[in-house]
Amino acid sequence: MRVTFTANGKPVEADDVWEGESLLYVLRERVGLPGSKNACEQGECGSCTVYLDDVPVCSCLVAAGQVQDREVRTVEGLGGEDGELGLVQQAFVDAGAVQCGFCTPGLLVQTDALLEQDAQPSDADIREALSGNLCRCTGYEKIMDAVRLASARKCAGERAGGAVAE
Amino acid sequence: MNARTSAQNSAGTGAGTGARTSTGTSTGTGARTIQGQKNLQDIRQSSKDGIGGSPLRPDGTLKVRGEFAYSSDMWHEDMLWGMALRSPHPRANILSVDISEALAVPGVYAVLTHEDIPGAKYYGLEIADQPALAIDRIRYHGESIALVAADHPETARRAVKKIKVEYEVLTPIVTEEQCLDPETYGYVHEPHEYKSHAYGNICHEQKLVSGLGVTDEVRALADVVVSGTYEVGMQDQAFLGPESGLAVPAEDGGIDLYIATQWLHVDRQQMAPVLGLPEEKVRLTLAGVGGAFGGREDLSMQIHACLLAQRTGKPVKIVYSRDESFFGHVHRHPAKMYYEHGATRDGKLVYADARIVLDGGAYASASPAVVGNAASLGHGPYVVPNVRMHAIALYSNNPSCGAMRGFGAVQAAFGYETQMDRLAAELGMDPVELRQLNAMQQGDLMPTGQEIDAPAPVAELLRRVKDMPLPPPLDTDDLDVRLLPGALSNTSHGEGIVRGVGYSVGIKNVGFSEGFDDYSTARVRLEVIGGEPVAMVHTAMAEVGQGGVTVHAQIARTELGVEQVTIHPANTEVGSAGSTSASRQTYMTGGAVKLAAEAVKRELIEKGRRRYGWTQQDLTLAGGKVVSESAGALVSMVDLLGEDAIDLTREHHHRPTVPFDKETGQGFGHVQYTFCANRAVVDVDVELGLVKVVELTAVQDVGKALNPLSVVGQIQGGCTQALGLAVMEEIIVRDGKVRNASFTDYLIPTILDTPPIPVEILELPDPHAPYGLRGVGEAPTVSATPSIVAAIRNATGLALRRIPVRPEHLTTERPGEL
Repeated sequence: MRVTFTANGKPVEADDVWEGESLLYVLRERVGLPGSKNACEQGECGSCTVYLDDVPVCSCLVAAGQVQDREVRTVEGLGGEDGELGLVQQAFVDAGAVQCGFCTPGLLVQTDALLEQDAQPSDADIREALSGNLCRCTGYEKIMDAVRLASARKCAGERAGGAVAE
Repeated sequence: MNARTSAQNSAGTGAGTGARTSTGTSTGTGARTIQGQKNLQDIRQSSKDGIGGSPLRPDGTLKVRGEFAYSSDMWHEDMLWGMALRSPHPRANILSVDISEALAVPGVYAVLTHEDIPGAKYYGLEIADQPALAIDRIRYHGESIALVAADHPETARRAVKKIKVEYEVLTPIVTEEQCLDPETYGYVHEPHEYKSHAYGNICHEQKLVSGLGVTDEVRALADVVVSGTYEVGMQDQAFLGPESGLAVPAEDGGIDLYIATQWLHVDRQQMAPVLGLPEEKVRLTLAGVGGAFGGREDLSMQIHACLLAQRTGKPVKIVYSRDESFFGHVHRHPAKMYYEHGATRDGKLVYADARIVLDGGAYASASPAVVGNAASLGHGPYVVPNVRMHAIALYSNNPSCGAMRGFGAVQAAFGYETQMDRLAAELGMDPVELRQLNAMQQGDLMPTGQEIDAPAPVAELLRRVKDMPLPPPLDTDDLDVRLLPGALSNTSHGEGIVRGVGYSVGIKNVGFSEGFDDYSTARVRLEVIGGEPVAMVHTAMAEVGQGGVTVHAQIARTELGVEQVTIHPANTEVGSAGSTSASRQTYMTGGAVKLAAEAVKRELIEKGRRRYGWTQQDLTLAGGKVVSESAGALVSMVDLLGEDAIDLTREHHHRPTVPFDKETGQGFGHVQYTFCANRAVVDVDVELGLVKVVELTAVQDVGKALNPLSVVGQIQGGCTQALGLAVMEEIIVRDGKVRNASFTDYLIPTILDTPPIPVEILELPDPHAPYGLRGVGEAPTVSATPSIVAAIRNATGLALRRIPVRPEHLTTERPGEL
């Protein structure tokens, strides 16, 4: 079948899609967006998290056909237009929250979604919001630091009234 | 573009010369600074992004953009997908394999069995006892039998199902009793096909005796004796990036493999004979690695992808599912251990006795080294005048076990640290005090007779970890259920919750041991690019997430006085870097980069002496110039180098070690020792058997923190894997069959399961190591698990002789002796 949808603001089209393929497979293998990761492919690890019409989902659990005419935003779409890193991306680099980095794309999307809902989450809120994203390297401490840092920068940016790169 | 390979991982941000490492970004605040300020620095001052600083990862930006090319991201026009048929039985004879229906599936390009292998049929890390594809026999659940290459993963999956295998299913050999009685229960490897150095179903064995050993006379010297049997379950590395890679057949008849591994050269060494190719025609390039933790030390899909590429003449990609990943790599050896300690009334250890039985599963993998570690480190960081130890690894029809972070030492630490707590209870002593009283220090002898000839601040680590402030008690008036055992399951509002505190300390070796020369190679090139001196570092080190690439750039900056460093992609064009394991890469490959950079520096200064006739003996490189302590800056590197490049390669060998004597275990067997102490605070729901680790504190001596941010990250990550082993993680094997091969059923700690992990670092330099550094990755994984179990015992009064501790242990065990 043919699947047509919007990925990171651009129209994309995938041909000869087998009906059993996941959105994750189509993103990674058919439309050149391998940033979303394939750690478990059964909805347990969160590394494939993308926005589907502004709602974070495990793209491994979404059948390709379900995204027809819908909007998908992946880790590749979190940066600014000019190639600058987005606020959450920069915070993860700065805080040392990236080791092997395989969990990172999913965590970035989930953190972005958290801060959209609540720019100043408590530590317990952060842990709850990210509890569906497994990381095997960091012990999560630097990830906590990164989310706190992104939150602080986002709030500082909003107070200053300046544009914050998303 | 007709291919996506890992070459992108370095070309993405560099100006055509490889990845520029990030400069000018300070840590902590994340604020960008202007690198031009370096011109104002003292000319002798080394770069702030040199060693001891925490410059950011050179691959960090690519990773957060989703552009870092991991092994499962490899892509090539016209590539095929490879897949293996795996055995559903742990032990069977293969009577026949019929591939005809699979071959007939449209879109299938090849189906291979062991009969199609062009070269040697067996491979192995230490002992070549594993067939690349099963030959007539199945020795473990999940062993691969045949391979399919097809145009789509689903086509391959369907074809795999059409391969018909006729089995004669046999009763698996799975328990210690069965393994040790081959006359009754049979052989995992028949005597005529046996390739190990031990006997029967024993893969490797190490005995050790020191002092007077353990005899009735020695036992009589002790006022107090504590003994017990302890058990450790089978843990999985559970790295997130599944085994994967892309094999591309080359015009010269060779093959290019883009692969996630821990050691490119040892992969090639095992692959080439099976592929029937000379090593130089098997070229490996490191693709992005999604974690490793020992699980990538053995081959997984490397040979399979190459065999399919050779046969079809097309690029072949293999990506394991998570389910297949559980069958596709070795695990941490489960262990059964007997420990006995005798002490005087005032708490001094008199003797220690132990027998450690490790289940190595079907194939040897790293079992001999695991046994060596268990035997030599198995009595912990304590001075014990009389010691006996017997460690063995069994062959069985359980899943193969091999390398995982801290191997051999992790299992033993649960035994000896539990013993320390029980001994303290028996003596009425504080458990930390008992440990400090018996703690080893520099100048003491290991049970192997090896002198500890570097700092060993065991008592000091314990003092510091005990002095760290405790978290506040549970506030039952202002509860957040998310912080309680059971968390969002809303299982308690504070009732039935009991707090406990536990301590532990552990010892691990760094580097390969027992006479192995695991040298490392580095190539450093210095040249002028864009009007600036730029150093390029080329090694075959597997960056698996630990941050070795960051540290290599730091070392080059410090030694060469430059800011710009590019990291060449890791491949087999340069000499071996050894494995990214045994906490060794910063020591070994970092040391090689240091040697190569020092050689480049000497050659550059010599070039200046020849040209300018300098006579000063105090010359060095700093701030992009050749400088003299006495005469100031002499010349810029740009002027001195001109169009030339200095390009040198050096090998770094650690000091030699020797194998342990088979009977006495004596010998200078290890390169370096490393120590960590932990304190765990837990809340236990004693009614439901749920555990919440409230805080897990670590104090570790790292010799010298080359990159403090990364060092802390390693310690926190290591502690978390130890937490997993303490209360969550186990591969459940019943009659040789794996029952929980998924992240639904094999649980690793989430961010809700993981507590704050305060870390304190000591830097007591090891005079034998580059910069005085000590390998850091494994020590916390060794030491943290027993502290958590000790804290649960403290809360519950239960004995808890087995890990992981599961809810049913807490609700059905009766309080007894500690």
